[in-house]
Amino acid sequence: MDQSDSVVQLLDSNGSFTNDSLFTSTLKESELIDFYRDMVLVRAIDEQATALQRQGELGLWAPLLGQEAAQIGSARAMKKQDFAFSTYREHGVAWCRGVDPVDMLSFWRGTKHQGWDANQYRSYGYQIIIGAHALHATGYAMGAYLSRNTETGDAGIDQAVMAYFGDGAMSEGDVNEAFVFAASYQAPVVFFCQNNQWAISEPTKRQSRVPLAYRAAGFGIPGIRVDGNDVIACYEVTRQALDRARSGQGPTLIEAITYRMGAHTTSDDPTKYQVFSEVELWRDRDPIERLKVYLRAKGVLNNELESEISNEAATLSERMRDECRKLPDPNPLSMFDHVYSESDLNIDEQKREVETILSRSQDN
Amino acid sequence: MPQLSIVHALNQGLHRAMDADSKVLLMGEDIGKLGGVFRVTEGLQKSFGDERVIDSPLAESGIVGTAIGLALYGFRPVVEIQFDGFVFPAFDQIVVQLARMRFRSAGALSLPITIRMPYGGGIGSVEHHSESPEGYFAATPGLRVVTCSNSHDAYWMIQQSIASDDPVIFLEPKRRYWQKSEVNTDSHLNNISALHEARVLTEGSDCTIIGYGPTIATCLQSARLAAEDGVSLEVIDLRSLSPIDMPVLIKSANKTGRVVIVHEASRSGGVGAEIATRLTQECFYKLEAPVMRVTGYDVPYPPSRIEDDYLPDAERILDAVEKCMGY
Ligand SMILES: Cc1ncc(C[n+]2csc(CCOP(=O)(O)OP(=O)(O)O)c2C)c(N)n1
Ligand SMILES: [Mg+2]
Repeated sequence: MDQSDSVVQLLDSNGSFTNDSLFTSTLKESELIDFYRDMVLVRAIDEQATALQRQGELGLWAPLLGQEAAQIGSARAMKKQDFAFSTYREHGVAWCRGVDPVDMLSFWRGTKHQGWDANQYRSYGYQIIIGAHALHATGYAMGAYLSRNTETGDAGIDQAVMAYFGDGAMSEGDVNEAFVFAASYQAPVVFFCQNNQWAISEPTKRQSRVPLAYRAAGFGIPGIRVDGNDVIACYEVTRQALDRARSGQGPTLIEAITYRMGAHTTSDDPTKYQVFSEVELWRDRDPIERLKVYLRAKGVLNNELESEISNEAATLSERMRDECRKLPDPNPLSMFDHVYSESDLNIDEQKREVETILSRSQDN
Repeated sequence: MPQLSIVHALNQGLHRAMDADSKVLLMGEDIGKLGGVFRVTEGLQKSFGDERVIDSPLAESGIVGTAIGLALYGFRPVVEIQFDGFVFPAFDQIVVQLARMRFRSAGALSLPITIRMPYGGGIGSVEHHSESPEGYFAATPGLRVVTCSNSHDAYWMIQQSIASDDPVIFLEPKRRYWQKSEVNTDSHLNNISALHEARVLTEGSDCTIIGYGPTIATCLQSARLAAEDGVSLEVIDLRSLSPIDMPVLIKSANKTGRVVIVHEASRSGGVGAEIATRLTQECFYKLEAPVMRVTGYDVPYPPSRIEDDYLPDAERILDAVEKCMGY
């Protein structure tokens, strides 16, 4: 993969296939339907979670609205044995890894710091600290290489790692150090940067004078730009980069160009800094709409299938609503668990203090 | 006198500091157009332009590191760290560079930088948004560490911090940001209590309660509740965590003979440990009871649904008072 000015696009915003000199779609129609379903469902998850936050059921939520294609396309390119390290916004990635949406909510409701078992889903919990996990992903990839779980040529064994972060994260030292390490050891990691044009209120140009993918060259890493609202292009570009990583050809930086259609989080007020016309421009590039137009034109998506998918979305939303409210509050004493691997006298003593307080309030 | 929220008092204090000294400039993430995620810098970019209120790239080490360079050039940077939990990428620049520049240059180089950050829990947020990292900074020689508990102090202490020739870590009690109280804006920087001074908020005779920042409201509530039971508490707002105003604390401890220290940060190695040791040394024969602490526990900040069980409340403070009284 060579660095180029161009942006890889296989499905344009009108839902028509376009040609790219390096990439073509390898996807079957049934797989495209699956992608469509995924995108509709994660948008429904996002809408439901946003509503739950408004109703006071969640403390906070970071919407993925507009970024469905970037997340679904890239995460569906991963194999089971791969591992994803992502941020607070990658609900779509968690979904593709098999995480239940209710487990996603537990973090935002404040019942758990990590809503799911990272090893079970081969997907790290939400990372709040910008960029920190880019290094973890790189180290994990080094581990895969050192354990000879790459370059075996066995498609069921060779592993690669995905590191997800945003345009703002590109400025953090940790991300840049991750590039240095990954390049130095040719670690099997793919850096997937969703350039959604904003880091809260700051536009991408505050972080970089050149397209973000260009920065890869200085680290000796191939950089590639892809239309982040084109699920097919995101899939193909990521799949190739993961294959490169798995086969010992080292890391890649992918810049997926997309747009944050919602607020930064439910606490944010984007009207303070965002230009309405820009949002409208990106509304016309909606990732779900273009695939829908394409699949309808092809005749593979008909009214019946569409209503089946929207019923599925409605059922999922309803289940989220019910189960979110039922998520159990943690036992206060659980805060003393897992501070260390073994029990500790000091922690035990403090736990007894809380026990005393709790038993007293039960007596009253 | 106007009633202002802590956010507004800080905003006006910053405004006044920028008016007073053209070398004062603000840097941080989202502080310009957005006015900061808590709106502390709202409108300041409009008033002073984008060369004095600067939206920085997303890199905390970069923010503090470049502030050091700007200060070496003669500016007086005031930087914002968006949340307590995000200060650590800048920890190296703060502790290893900023804190010791005056010392290593034998006084030749001065870094009058103020690092503002909201801190503490109780807002129902997710991981890394509720930390109390003050102990790390208070343990670092060369840094001044201060915190306000009310709007009047917010207004004046931010100006004093900016005027100080030392680096100041300025901690803002985010859970009390919107709490309103009176601010006397008519005074002058030279006429108000010095930045390092602790303040006695309510006089009392039975037990001294020492708190700071977000716990002050809880300490005052405890004093009211104790008064109903005929127990008289003397509440002291520490204000400066480094250096610590020991004379005020010693005087009070000698008077009441009993001391409870309150903070949200974990107990072990916290600011309370330092105060307790020094009071024990200085007031040993006057103390009627061991110095007690009511603090967060020695665990990472828990998920928000149980944060109320972690945070010191009036019940826990009154328990500690009762224990003191029982000796
Ligand atoms: C180390 C650190 N600094 C600051 C923040 C506060 N913060 C949270 S999200 C964000 C913007 C991130 O922008 P970007 O990397 O583009 O990701 P996006 O939110 O757009 O998905 C900031 C500044 C943080 N979480 N961690
Ligand atoms: Mg972004």
